[in-house]
Amino acid sequence: MIRIAELYKKFGKVEVLKGLNLTIKDGGISAILGPNGSGKTTLIKSILGMVIPDGGEIEVNEKSVFRNFSYRNEINYLPQIANFPGNLTVNEIIRMIRDLRPGVTTEKDLIEKFGLAPFLQQKLANLSGGTRQKVNLVLTFMFDSELIILDEPTSGLDPVAMVHLRELIAAEKSKGKTILICSHIMSFVQEVADEIVFLLDGKIYFQGTVEQVQNKTGKLDLESAIAEILSIKHA
Amino acid sequence: MLKILKYSFYDLMRSRWSYVYFFFYLALGFVLLFLNNDLSKAIITLMNIIVVLTPLIGTVFGVMYYYNSKEFTQLLLAQPLKRSTIFFGQFVGLGASLSLSLVAGLGIPFVLYGVFRSGVIWDFLSLLSIGAFLTFIFVALAYIIALTNENKIKGFGYAILLWLFMAIIYDGLFLIFLVVFEDYPLDKFALIATLFNPIDLSRIFIILKLDISALLGYTGAVFNKYFGTGLGMLISNGVMLVWIILPVATILRLAKRKDF
Repeated sequence: MIRIAELYKKFGKVEVLKGLNLTIKDGGISAILGPNGSGKTTLIKSILGMVIPDGGEIEVNEKSVFRNFSYRNEINYLPQIANFPGNLTVNEIIRMIRDLRPGVTTEKDLIEKFGLAPFLQQKLANLSGGTRQKVNLVLTFMFDSELIILDEPTSGLDPVAMVHLRELIAAEKSKGKTILICSHIMSFVQEVADEIVFLLDGKIYFQGTVEQVQNKTGKLDLESAIAEILSIKHA
Repeated sequence: MLKILKYSFYDLMRSRWSYVYFFFYLALGFVLLFLNNDLSKAIITLMNIIVVLTPLIGTVFGVMYYYNSKEFTQLLLAQPLKRSTIFFGQFVGLGASLSLSLVAGLGIPFVLYGVFRSGVIWDFLSLLSIGAFLTFIFVALAYIIALTNENKIKGFGYAILLWLFMAIIYDGLFLIFLVVFEDYPLDKFALIATLFNPIDLSRIFIILKLDISALLGYTGAVFNKYFGTGLGMLISNGVMLVWIILPVATILRLAKRKDF
């Protein structure tokens, strides 16, 4: 379970998070939505301890994440932009992460699933964006953790890889894991998410099921529903 | 921490620049020995090069490595690792690989020339250890600059300025001060001012060790009186250690608060 209370964060003069409160229950898929610059990535990075908030409290499994690092062993994180050290090969980076983190890994199945075998000896700098995202997915899903955080998981993926990603997410969900997804692809969110968390101006504007969003706005597809919310807000 | 150290170290050892740096010292060692044909003279020439060059390479590599390994750092930050472990590991990995280039690059020609059978082996070893000390000090200072500057160009600029200040401008100011206040007794001031610059401290240290303090005239006599004693040695070594400990503590403090 993730519990966030009164979270504040400023970057220079820009206030990104303004007293955000959020609770994510165990099990199921929650999608974090919001316009560009609404603080989605900042929120995720705060949970991971990569961004240090100015105020507030974050608890993962009833333990504060501040001044703590071992809780990250229970989190699989997929970063938004697959930035890897360019002079390492795919094989080396997989081995390195495996070495740095305890636990059993299942990278073999994942490599096969995403067809990465021909790229294993290649340097990460020479890979295309989509292939790099596949490596990113392998590194994220190869550990068995309770909490999975995905920041823009679909970026750059071809349709075949998308199918595999959906399968992967569904499989993890069926194991009872908690999954947080940030995405701008509404059709993807509508398909996989159980719960929608809508971020606006550094606060949670709405939290509920996809049906609740639809009922609230009277729009059936999520994209128009979100657009409706935004137009009401800014009208 | 050892794992981070290992990966940073390997990463650097595979990069072309470590080899360039290594071969530079290798060539320098052979050329100096060939030209001087004398170990002690070669060591004196080397001293002048080392006290200026190791800080320069340390600062430049320090900022460059930080900016280049940003992605690596971000990847590590999402793993169950302590921040202090990550940054301390990177710092030691970088310092160790640069020091290894220095020690191996100069060590090979001098060992082949027979430094072990000569009387200057201790001078040579203290020269190398001072080079390593300066490398670690300036890598740490460079890391502080890089951590506080997101902008690469600014970071590089400040790093070069730092080196320029420590290696050249500081001495200039020092000299101007001595000339302006020549009517006053300045030996205490000179001693203390030396402690505030690791490059000057290293230079004086080696000059005294090589027993060529006569070159320094009156100042040399003052320094000899001070640094020549056991207490002086202890203090100057201690100050060199402080020059590493304080910047490293600052790195860890900065890293703890930084957003990635």
